[in-house]
Amino acid sequence: MVENRENRFMKYLRKDRLPHIFCAGCGNGIIMNTFFNGMELAEVDFDQVVMVSGIGCSSRIPGYVKCDSLHTTHGRPISFATGIKLANPENEVVVFTGDGDAAAIGGNHLIHGARRNINITVICINNNIYGMTGGQISPTSPQGSYGSTAPYGALERPFNLSEMVKAAGATYVARWTTAQPVQLSNAIKKALKNKGFSFIEVISQCPTYFGRKNRMRSPIEMLKWMKEESIVKRRADKLSAKELEGKIIVGEFQNKEEPEFSDKVCQLLEAQCTTGKPSSTRSAYEGD
Amino acid sequence: MVDFMITVDENLCKGCNICTEFCPRKVYQESGILNKKGVHVPVPENEDKCTQCQLCVMMCPDQAIKVDEKVDEKDDK
Ligand SMILES: Cc1ncc(C[n+]2csc(CCOP(=O)(O)OP(=O)(O)O)c2C)c(N)n1
Ligand code: SF4
Ligand code: SF4
Ligand code: SF4
Ligand SMILES: [Mg+2]
Repeated sequence: MVENRENRFMKYLRKDRLPHIFCAGCGNGIIMNTFFNGMELAEVDFDQVVMVSGIGCSSRIPGYVKCDSLHTTHGRPISFATGIKLANPENEVVVFTGDGDAAAIGGNHLIHGARRNINITVICINNNIYGMTGGQISPTSPQGSYGSTAPYGALERPFNLSEMVKAAGATYVARWTTAQPVQLSNAIKKALKNKGFSFIEVISQCPTYFGRKNRMRSPIEMLKWMKEESIVKRRADKLSAKELEGKIIVGEFQNKEEPEFSDKVCQLLEAQCTTGKPSSTRSAYEGD
Repeated sequence: MVDFMITVDENLCKGCNICTEFCPRKVYQESGILNKKGVHVPVPENEDKCTQCQLCVMMCPDQAIKVDEKVDEKDDK
């Protein structure tokens, strides 16, 4: 018998589609590994997983995975995911979305998903740029960084996505980089276990566009940059804004329990089926 | 000789050398020769130094690496 020399994650992948289209050293592949690892740690049933994505390089991840998946329109994966979750709350719905997808065109869906606290996990692959379309500046591109739409450096301040999603009401929020695959896997595990809106921001490398335009030509240089500039939240909380300039704050931003949206919808339906009308709310039209 | 194996699938490897750089034990060496796909596939030259930590497996973006798990860990399962 020939010994199976396959990588441990190959059982989750559509082998006939490999190698994937990502550039050599792109962070997307590392994020796939950490997701599978996190999923195993959380003991999630792979058959219940539904992967949903928008448009972008990172949004192509679900297409390589042997589970139900939906490749949707740019910026809208959270809306589709909401529908999937409400249609069958048994599904383990996971969104893969880029920084452009989630924070630019899809920014509204992101904050409202968090506000609802619907039980889905959003993994945002933040490579600080629009990879797929040729290196345009995104809402998370650091101020002063270069892109094809910012030949003199980005003028605007970037969004701090993890803080934004926390403020919008998400119940689990963490940020790590692709240079910390162990911590990232653990955060994904917690996100999957959290019964509510979970947001994982992964700072990732796009060597082809972000790297090349910002003097980090190789994926190795980019990973070293992420490793060196990372600072854990506990330590960062004691430092001033000036001291944190250029740093990547990693760690848990939120971890709390709150009522979840699909549960509330189910309760409403249950009440309607047993009493003929939802008991928990008084209709605004009552007495009309 | 070590009683486990490290293999790099040369149909999947894109030669990014993340494994070569980030293996804490410097097990891999950049290859001097191109394979038929035009990729320098790293060679696990110092297999005997490997601690089977699996970091390279987690960091390879192309799911090309297999490092056998530690035998005692297997027994636990
Ligand atoms: C409605 C719409 N507008 C614009 C585009 C073009 N477009 C495709 S991907 C993309 C941005 C992708 O960036 P990001 O989400 O960060 O993904 P990445 O490629 O960096 O992983 C844009 C603007 C589109 N496909 N659809
Ligand atoms: S363009 Fe950037 S994000 Fe897209 S596959 Fe290449 S390295 Fe990855
Ligand atoms: S398992 Fe650890 S020590 Fe062994 S080759 Fe991989 S990274 Fe190096
Ligand atoms: S990390 Fe993977 S793809 Fe990159 S050189 Fe090593 S084996 Fe090849
Ligand atoms: Mg992007």
